[in-house]
Amino acid sequence: MSAPNKSYDPVEVEALKPEEVERARDEALAAFAAAGSLDELKQAKVAHTGDRSALSLANREIGALPPHAKAAAGKLIGQARGAVNQALARRQGELEAERDARVLVEEAVDVTLPFDRAPRGARHPLTTLAERIEDTFVAMGYEVAEGPEVEAEWLNFDALNLGPDHPARSMQDTFFVQAPDGSADSGVVLRTQTSPVQIRSMLDREPPVYVICPGRVYRTDELDATHTPVFRQLEGLAVDEGITFADLKGTIELLVAKLIGDGLELRWRPSYFPFTEPSAEIDLQCFVCRGESIGNPDRPCRTCSSEGWIELGGCGVVNPRVLIAAGVDPNRYSGFAFGLGLERILMNRHSVADMRDMVEGDVRFTLPFGMEI
Amino acid sequence: MRVPLSWLREYVDLPAGETGRDVAARLVRAGLEVETVEQLNGDLKGPLVVGQVLSIEELSGFKKPIRHCFVNVGDANGTGEPQEIVCGATNFAVGDKVVVVLPGAVLPGPFPIAARQTYGHTSAGMICSARELGMGDDHNGIIVLPPEYEPGTDAIELLQLVDEVLDIAVTPDRGYCLSMRGVAREAAAAYGLPLADPALLDVPPANSYGYLVKVADPVGCDRFVARTVVGIDPGAKSPIWLQRRLQKAGIRPISLTVDITNYVMLEVGQPLHAYDRGRVDGPIQVRRAQEGELLTTLDGVKRKLSAEDLLICDNSGPIGLAGVMGGASTEILDAVLDPETGESTGSTEVIIEAAHFDSVSVARTAKRHKLPSEASKRFERGVDPEAARAAAQRAVDLLVLIAGGTAEAGVTDIAAPHPLRTITIAADLPDRVAGTVYGRETVARRLQEVGCSVAGADVLEVTPPTWRPDLTDPYDLVEEVIRLEGYDNVPARMPTVPPGKGLTEAQRMHRRVGVALAAAGYVEVNNYPFVGEAAFDALGLEKDDRRRRTVKLVNPLNDEEPALRTTLLPGLLGALRRNVGRGNTDLAIYETGTVFLPKDELSVAPRPAVDRRPTEAELAELDAALPDQPRRVAVALAGERLPSGWWGKGAQAGWADAVEAGRTVARAAGVELTVRQGQLMPWHPGRCAELLVAGTDRVVGHAGELHPRVVKALGLPDRTSAMQIDLDLLTADGAERVTGPTVSAYPVATQDVALIVDSAVPAADVEAALRAGAGELLEAIRLFDVFTGEQVGEGKKSLAYALRFRAVDRTLTADEATAAREAAVAEAVARTGAVLRGV
Repeated sequence: MSAPNKSYDPVEVEALKPEEVERARDEALAAFAAAGSLDELKQAKVAHTGDRSALSLANREIGALPPHAKAAAGKLIGQARGAVNQALARRQGELEAERDARVLVEEAVDVTLPFDRAPRGARHPLTTLAERIEDTFVAMGYEVAEGPEVEAEWLNFDALNLGPDHPARSMQDTFFVQAPDGSADSGVVLRTQTSPVQIRSMLDREPPVYVICPGRVYRTDELDATHTPVFRQLEGLAVDEGITFADLKGTIELLVAKLIGDGLELRWRPSYFPFTEPSAEIDLQCFVCRGESIGNPDRPCRTCSSEGWIELGGCGVVNPRVLIAAGVDPNRYSGFAFGLGLERILMNRHSVADMRDMVEGDVRFTLPFGMEI
Repeated sequence: MRVPLSWLREYVDLPAGETGRDVAARLVRAGLEVETVEQLNGDLKGPLVVGQVLSIEELSGFKKPIRHCFVNVGDANGTGEPQEIVCGATNFAVGDKVVVVLPGAVLPGPFPIAARQTYGHTSAGMICSARELGMGDDHNGIIVLPPEYEPGTDAIELLQLVDEVLDIAVTPDRGYCLSMRGVAREAAAAYGLPLADPALLDVPPANSYGYLVKVADPVGCDRFVARTVVGIDPGAKSPIWLQRRLQKAGIRPISLTVDITNYVMLEVGQPLHAYDRGRVDGPIQVRRAQEGELLTTLDGVKRKLSAEDLLICDNSGPIGLAGVMGGASTEILDAVLDPETGESTGSTEVIIEAAHFDSVSVARTAKRHKLPSEASKRFERGVDPEAARAAAQRAVDLLVLIAGGTAEAGVTDIAAPHPLRTITIAADLPDRVAGTVYGRETVARRLQEVGCSVAGADVLEVTPPTWRPDLTDPYDLVEEVIRLEGYDNVPARMPTVPPGKGLTEAQRMHRRVGVALAAAGYVEVNNYPFVGEAAFDALGLEKDDRRRRTVKLVNPLNDEEPALRTTLLPGLLGALRRNVGRGNTDLAIYETGTVFLPKDELSVAPRPAVDRRPTEAELAELDAALPDQPRRVAVALAGERLPSGWWGKGAQAGWADAVEAGRTVARAAGVELTVRQGQLMPWHPGRCAELLVAGTDRVVGHAGELHPRVVKALGLPDRTSAMQIDLDLLTADGAERVTGPTVSAYPVATQDVALIVDSAVPAADVEAALRAGAGELLEAIRLFDVFTGEQVGEGKKSLAYALRFRAVDRTLTADEATAAREAAVAEAVARTGAVLRGV
């Protein structure tokens, strides 16, 4: 705040003595230095730089001094005020820094407090496991094909070389759908496998056909630790010119490496499925005991029941009869097919001991699997 | 098929040190599913010897009969003195031969044997029962041996107690492996060793004086061999070796004649049946049944026959279900000992039947009568028609050898012509199927190993053996070659897959919906689709509710749940309750899956031929017989949606969360949803939203709080809320491609407006009116308060909106913003009767 520039007062005024200016300055500096808080500094500021402060008054009187005295007085007081303002600003800065530091300390919180305010969700591991396998095959160029769970017997059995009296038809305990007249002769079942989707895929497309068919399937098993009447399969089908058993082996080996990991032995066991020939069961070396539990009662393995192998699924070269029923020329095209049980893979891949946990929907089971596995 | 290793070695000279596991591993790689390798008495340790009971003192004063015996065990006890043993069994007499375990031995368990004081006497060992020796569960007293064995003889060897048994699950194509002969053939091939074929026997040729048999149905029965044996000693018992082999193979010894027929069946794979000739009335006839004819089978069940059943008959009528089970009237009679004469009476003359029946006919009869037998199991999978003569001969030989019978010279053998099948196969077909090179020589050698005869060079003429009815196509032969060469030896390579198209839009959408719900805090569950009327009752559905029209199962797992779901809610709410019951109180779960909706017109699915592609009409018929199976998604919530915590109060899950879940799904599907008040069970009539695709009248789902009655009926937490949406309906028009918005950098003008409307006016209508009235300057609108109370009056509510106006090309003036706001209000007034609240 500058003093009003009054007009010259002819009355002779005596300038403030230099020692008084110095004293006023020193008092101000001391007061600022003594101010322990921003509030005290504010009071000191008012007292020593305010309108009523000695230096301000003196400054105002300069205009009234005789011209010869103005310059000297102006310089003297100007210097003193400069020093005072500088000290004030410095002290202000110091005290603000102190205050800021103190406030930040006071505002500190316990950052370890839990903050589970947003509810957590998760997708079922069987869903995400299927997606993971689908993605592996989609990256190779396969399509994902789907079909109905309530399915025509012709598609679930007949077209797959399972005639009405085929023994394999009784191997799979099938849920039959009631016909309109209440009998069992509806020609419709709950699909026992996702293979009908393979037939549909061949009926829908011209070869080459490369599809992967995930889905729910049904068999009349009671629910227990290792069985469920409703379970998930994922089947693959490749129909093209020159497809061989070797192509099947390469494809499965790649899948296992992607899904479970490298370095595990696969065992290819001849088996029987009406829809493939030759047919094989694929066993994966037990990744827990790596076969060391076989015949070793001191080191039993729960994962493989000390068999050393875990059943992964069935596969084979598509039986030409199946190609014919699906309208594919078996003289030109051949194919391979494989089927995996997702529950079993999940049990093995994630050490799930009891299949019932996958069925009952307890959120504590599903939550740890998150959005992807 | 249970295969004792000791028995298998009779036909294949396996290396001496080869264990059951070793053999199993070889057989597994050749395609036999060896499920277990059982160690019989692996921990058994002698001395276990034959003893002869010298004296029995019945001890009294105990709770049960106790015998104090002295038993001659020869020199087995080191002294030759009689062994003193206390025994709790009573089924033996002085002079009987028994099995004695001596101190120092270890019985299976392990159960170490030592001399001990009991019932006031020393018992230096034990007289053994069958169960104690791991010979089955028969605990009816101790084993009484035939008299011919010397005391002191090692009983471990005698009773063949130590062995290994391979349990093989035989696949339907390998019926021949339901016999020792078949498994031995596989073992021989796996080890490259010769096979001693038990069916290679000298058999006298058929003649005209065998037992008279008439086959009226040569398709159902294309082979019938009959032999007769007379003079059988009805008291003769099966020797120990025979009993033991049957036991190890899982068949209970019954009587000598029956045991022999079972033994030969296990050995050669040919089911046999023995008739008591004295009880058969006249010639044997093979014919189909007359509908309703009756037969009492061996198991004592009186069965009403179907015209499709193939029968064995005599002059009295049916005496057997061909290939399935014999009849009671001609059953071999058990020996009955006459205590006065010491003579046994029972069947002394038998007819042995070794026939070959049509596999389909046997399978159907076994299924129809729910009578799976050892015989039907084999006929269903195919029996070697050429084994019948050898099998009958083997049974005759054993009856002569063991039962003291005399074989009659008559040999009946009725055979329908059985043309040999020849399969033409390119010699390199196995190479082309496997993707490797075997060469003609290997292919021919492998086919010969399985019993085929092979001729030709580049194209092979292959005649499969009679025991392999499963070999009918070139690919059947290909499989034999590749499996015997080893699947492990097929190389691995990758096919060249043409460029793919990735996931379909629908598949991507399904994934997005799941991700969106999980990200919103929902946990996925998968429920069985089985429901019953009780579930619909609990949901409060009216009797004529369409959701009660279900697809029903003939053979449900649970009679209370015979139908398939028409809504996801029963399963989902069940999962919710299960979670609550386990103490998971704050829940948000979701499920996606199909429901099953019967078509209006029900039909039966055809079964087109399989030797060609079905016609388009046939395919349409197939699909027409299936129910509609749309894909749905549903959520259920209970408890706290947002938990309370140190940060403050949380929020209870409620109707609004359920509705918002619907919006979440729609957003993920790329479809705009509108919401309006609805009414549908199981929802609360005042808290139920209908979800529609915006701009249409298509209701795609419902959301809200459940009806309190439903909550009570299902035992759910109060205020449980749920949403269900049909994803197929939701996305029927496809998703709109998003148009990139023009983002204005000019300042925003915010104006608030509070409108008073009737309580019944939906907020959605007010908002729609404001949007319509405000025009394109409106950038966003947000309802920030809903207020009811005295100030707004009874039956009214106040809705307070924040409107954000912005132009893309200029800074709006206050007048422009105000004009837009007024236009918005005017539209709301016009459409909803709103009154602007005093500002």
